[in-house]
Amino acid sequence: MSTTVAVVLLLAVVAYAVFGGADFGAGFWDLIAGGPERGKHPRDLIEHSIGPVWEANHVWLIFIFVILWTSFPEAYASITLTLFVPLTIAALGIVLRGASFAFRKAVVGLRYRRIFGAAFAASSVLVPYCMGAIAGGIASGRVPAGGQAGDPVHSWINPTSVVAGVLAVAAVAYLAAVYLVWDARRLADPDMADYFRRRAIVAAGVVGVIGFIGIFILRADARYLFDGLASRGLPLVILSVLCGVSALVLLIRNAARGARLLAVVAVASIIIGWGVAQWPYLLPETLTFSAAASPSGTLVAVLAVVVLAAIIVVPGFILLFVLHEKGLLPEEGVEDEPAPSRPV
Amino acid sequence: MTATLSALTAILEVNPVPWARAQMAFTLGFHIILVPLGVSWAFMTLIANYRGIRHNDRDALTLAQRWSKFMAVTFAVGAVTGTVLTFEFGLLWPRFMGRWGEAFGVPFAFEGLFFFTEAIFIAIYIFGWRRLNPWAHFWTGVPIVLAGIFGSISVVAANAWMNAPSGFELDSNGNVIKVDPIEVIFNDSMPWQAAHMVIAAYLVGGFLVASVYAVGMLRGRRDRYHYLGFVIAFTVGAVATPIQMGVGDGLARWVYNNQPVKFAAIELVPTTSSDVPETLLGRLNEDGTVSGGIPIPGLASWLSDPSTGRATVVQGLDTVPPDQRPTVRQTNIVHLCWDIMVGLGTLLFLLAVWYALSWVFRRRMPQTKLFLWAAAAAGPAAVIAMEAGWVVTEVGRQPWIVYNLMKVEDAVTANTGVWITFFAVVILYALVGTATILVLRGMSRRFRHAEGFTDQDTPYGPSALTKEVSATEEEAIR
Repeated sequence: MSTTVAVVLLLAVVAYAVFGGADFGAGFWDLIAGGPERGKHPRDLIEHSIGPVWEANHVWLIFIFVILWTSFPEAYASITLTLFVPLTIAALGIVLRGASFAFRKAVVGLRYRRIFGAAFAASSVLVPYCMGAIAGGIASGRVPAGGQAGDPVHSWINPTSVVAGVLAVAAVAYLAAVYLVWDARRLADPDMADYFRRRAIVAAGVVGVIGFIGIFILRADARYLFDGLASRGLPLVILSVLCGVSALVLLIRNAARGARLLAVVAVASIIIGWGVAQWPYLLPETLTFSAAASPSGTLVAVLAVVVLAAIIVVPGFILLFVLHEKGLLPEEGVEDEPAPSRPV
Repeated sequence: MTATLSALTAILEVNPVPWARAQMAFTLGFHIILVPLGVSWAFMTLIANYRGIRHNDRDALTLAQRWSKFMAVTFAVGAVTGTVLTFEFGLLWPRFMGRWGEAFGVPFAFEGLFFFTEAIFIAIYIFGWRRLNPWAHFWTGVPIVLAGIFGSISVVAANAWMNAPSGFELDSNGNVIKVDPIEVIFNDSMPWQAAHMVIAAYLVGGFLVASVYAVGMLRGRRDRYHYLGFVIAFTVGAVATPIQMGVGDGLARWVYNNQPVKFAAIELVPTTSSDVPETLLGRLNEDGTVSGGIPIPGLASWLSDPSTGRATVVQGLDTVPPDQRPTVRQTNIVHLCWDIMVGLGTLLFLLAVWYALSWVFRRRMPQTKLFLWAAAAAGPAAVIAMEAGWVVTEVGRQPWIVYNLMKVEDAVTANTGVWITFFAVVILYALVGTATILVLRGMSRRFRHAEGFTDQDTPYGPSALTKEVSATEEEAIR
């Protein structure tokens, strides 16, 4: 049963990366979109694109935490004790990002929009870096078992963490750019489609280069993970590379469809590859999933929630995305102007 | 160099217990203000929305639309500050989570489910005004209300479990080896605490929203729009108040029966006795005596169990060793907050009675300025009462994090830099809190200037592409 919960945990990480990650990635493009004049057009598209969905996407992170602390509490304690600093930075970054995104939409003054916009965009880059660094610290075996604190500094400032952090930023930026191409086409905005298509191609190249460098870093710094990726995780790595390259070809050819799905598979399969590579360990080489697992009563409750989520949340989530993609969630409020209020 | 560094590290190494406590209290205290808005505002919005469609009431519809825009902001801030709490469980209390996560965590799994539902439908509702069919759109709001209620029940179930831990078995080393999730969620304290919090959400949300319109009416904005905004919200708060007093009474009796030490702190009872007075204000001294305050003879005993009246015995603080009960300072905090909660609750009840009597006898809300002033104060008062009530339950449980099983000092993180994160959090939240209020005020002014609901209200989406930001609008946001 702990295996099933571990799979659920991994899928939640994938969902957070491909849905929530893209919202962070959009923040990256917002950050480098240039001054208020030049960057207005892409920023408007970004706002329109992630506005209705970012909060729902964000809940995947809460799911990850909840599964972790109910099903593998000892590992959760080790992780939070060891990776205290990057987790704190990520938490504060999430507050700054969510709040300033909501504020930016709600204010009109250019000055205020710039302040909130800068806070939103900067924290959008900071948070995925921290998440990647955290993943790197765990994957390279720097978090000890037994609810103990590991090295508070080198657990997240180390070669694997740095490469994972940079890779996370690049990958979410890539995903976001690919999604934004699609959104721009849907809104019949060829300028923006081209704008983000070019950026998606560059980002794909960057992700590829970082991934290539990462191979050597993992080999030197995270041997267990590297061996896992090079053996049982290899098919997934190959799948990821194939999908990434195909998506790149489609983007270069300006193909009408296909790139989005391939990009998602490329990112998802590398994350699943990470999970497969460090199997059976939750904390590599010190704590396995089965040793870390809670009593069966708790795992049953968690799986019951997953089943309920499949019944309740997934249809709602699909509904939200379908409505959004059909343009039925255009913006907050309505167009018409009601008659002036009558006195009581 | 190394010496300087180690000296610096020594300075930075501060006992994390008080700072972790302070940070948790601060972030929860901040988040709990947004909770009522997330839970009950959607309900009020749906009332206005229903009226708007059913009776073709344009004012009600405008109200619902504007409320949903405000909700978008408060929900976003609530969502992210709630996320911080999930980080903090581990960052501040890793040993608590490591040892009890398998039991304590279970209600949160369900909370995640409801929060997800809420986030999905609030997005559909807020963004769906223009293109969805009016009734279909209305129904997308209903899951928000339900998810809000069940979500807060789930969170409070976890807190209730800390007061009444159950549904698990321990081995000889004190590790949890068996968990019964149903018993964890439906622990003894859960029904009372959950009801108390959900009703609090309606009470606080109602009075808080109403107070904004009361201020508007006092400033002479006595149009139908303000009237509707006030009446819908205030009625929700007023209906919740008497129910809340009943539930609160039941919860207090549960505490009397199950957490006698917390009850002794609430009622300021140093030694076990019968005929215990209800002391209004007053304080406990280090030597165990009570000074100051206005004692009402026998009332605490009588309220604890009316069937035995003034003869009811109330257990005193000294029945447990000092290290198993709140300190004198904590006891005084608990007692003062109890008085504040009950006192403000009673005043809100009187205000609700005034409102109800006016409707019964005059068929309209009270028109006097005095009432509007009181109604304007009711929002902040309700928030203070809720915060005070939360302090009673949390500080009253001290020194335990899991009642009678684990102490706070054994649960805390080993990281000595918590004081730094405390200040970082306080600064960030102060900025976010200030910005939230300014943004909401700016929106409200913009709505008034616009005299209606136009596309330019919230610059958003492709339509904003053609829009230039004018100087007057820049002014309007300030």
